[in-house]
Amino acid sequence: MNRFERQVILPGFGPEGQAKLKQASVLVIGAGGLGCPVLLYLAAAGVGRIAVVDGDVISPSNLNRQVLYGEKDLGKNKAETAVRYFQEKYSDMQWTAIPEFITVDNAQAHIFHYDLVIDGSDNFPTRYLVNDACVLLKKPLVYGSIYQYEGQVSVFNVGSHPCNYRDVFPNPPAPQEIPNCAETGVLGVLPGIIGNLMALEAIKVLSGLGKPLNNKLLLFNSLNTQFQELEILPNPTTQSAIPTSWNEFHQRDYALGVEGVQQLTWNEAMKLMGQEVAFVDVREPGEEPPLECTGLVKVPFSTLSKELGRFEEAEEILFFCQSGARSQKAAQLLQQTYPDKKIFSIRGGINALKS
Amino acid sequence: MSDRIRLKAFGMLAEKIGTDSLEIENPGSSEALKRQLLQQFPELQSLTFRMAVDRKLIQAETAISTGQEIALLPPFSGG
Repeated sequence: MNRFERQVILPGFGPEGQAKLKQASVLVIGAGGLGCPVLLYLAAAGVGRIAVVDGDVISPSNLNRQVLYGEKDLGKNKAETAVRYFQEKYSDMQWTAIPEFITVDNAQAHIFHYDLVIDGSDNFPTRYLVNDACVLLKKPLVYGSIYQYEGQVSVFNVGSHPCNYRDVFPNPPAPQEIPNCAETGVLGVLPGIIGNLMALEAIKVLSGLGKPLNNKLLLFNSLNTQFQELEILPNPTTQSAIPTSWNEFHQRDYALGVEGVQQLTWNEAMKLMGQEVAFVDVREPGEEPPLECTGLVKVPFSTLSKELGRFEEAEEILFFCQSGARSQKAAQLLQQTYPDKKIFSIRGGINALKS
Repeated sequence: MSDRIRLKAFGMLAEKIGTDSLEIENPGSSEALKRQLLQQFPELQSLTFRMAVDRKLIQAETAISTGQEIALLPPFSGG
């Protein structure tokens, strides 16, 4: 009796398919709404070695969809919590928790060691960074993403005419186009479905089963339960957007930039702090982890436009948020109101502080 | 027989257009369609999106013929 009996007896999969999964290694980037179902099914299927990369901590608003976590896990790191859960559940796999965000500095070292990468991240800078690193390493990448009631799935860097994310969307959208991460709703079951499709594609690529979604973009609308497949082809004109060397990759700034907004690193920001500097958290109440320090002002982005008067006294203003997108919009808004003040946004937000 | 095509809009594009599916007169090419859409729905001007003609993502200006289905596809980042 073994835990894989019911899949080993499947025609077309068999002991050969199982052996391939056992030999395989997968790097799961992001243990959130997509990462949780991906991990549940890759682990149950018996992938031999899995690493989980996530620098984020579990917050109450995650629990409607990030089904590996419960109330007792609030405030804990996602990668470590997920790995602990699976180590208790299955004894026949190797697990690695990487409690960091993926960056231009660590991507090559992490991705290099694995046969396949899962992109379960939740922001454009990470998606383009992971895509470009996987192109450089020619690593199969299973892509999935969601917006409200819809999802997209594809398989990159696989097959004789491999496509990647830039063949679909050559460059990231402007930050102004992107809805606030704290304000985009989601029914937990949608990332559940998209994450399961991603796990299925990973199993197909690793075991050689069936036809994976390479050169296809699968679209799913949960409101009318419709699937649609679009054909995608390598686009020679977009290849120039991908770094051609690791040196170039390491130098690349993947953060989304709003035109006219000055961005600072946390280190640069720390040096500026002082009496006449307003240090402003524009995250909504409840976003984790909360930051408390003297002189910190909390003005949620959703109410900022009504509270512009609060900044009249400050000579310099430093904005930050979770990922560095909203704070750029805040800086842009304030600069329009106070063209003479020095206004900055902290690059990468709280996520950059944690990593 | 009128020269009409079908549009399918995804994600935020469907919100801006007000529906995820509609039929319109065929403007003849992907570029002409884009111009018409941006004029009719000015909110699309600030949005990134790609087009697919009969379920193939296009990479350059493409002729559109009667009855074809055009998908309007924005990038999603959520996870």
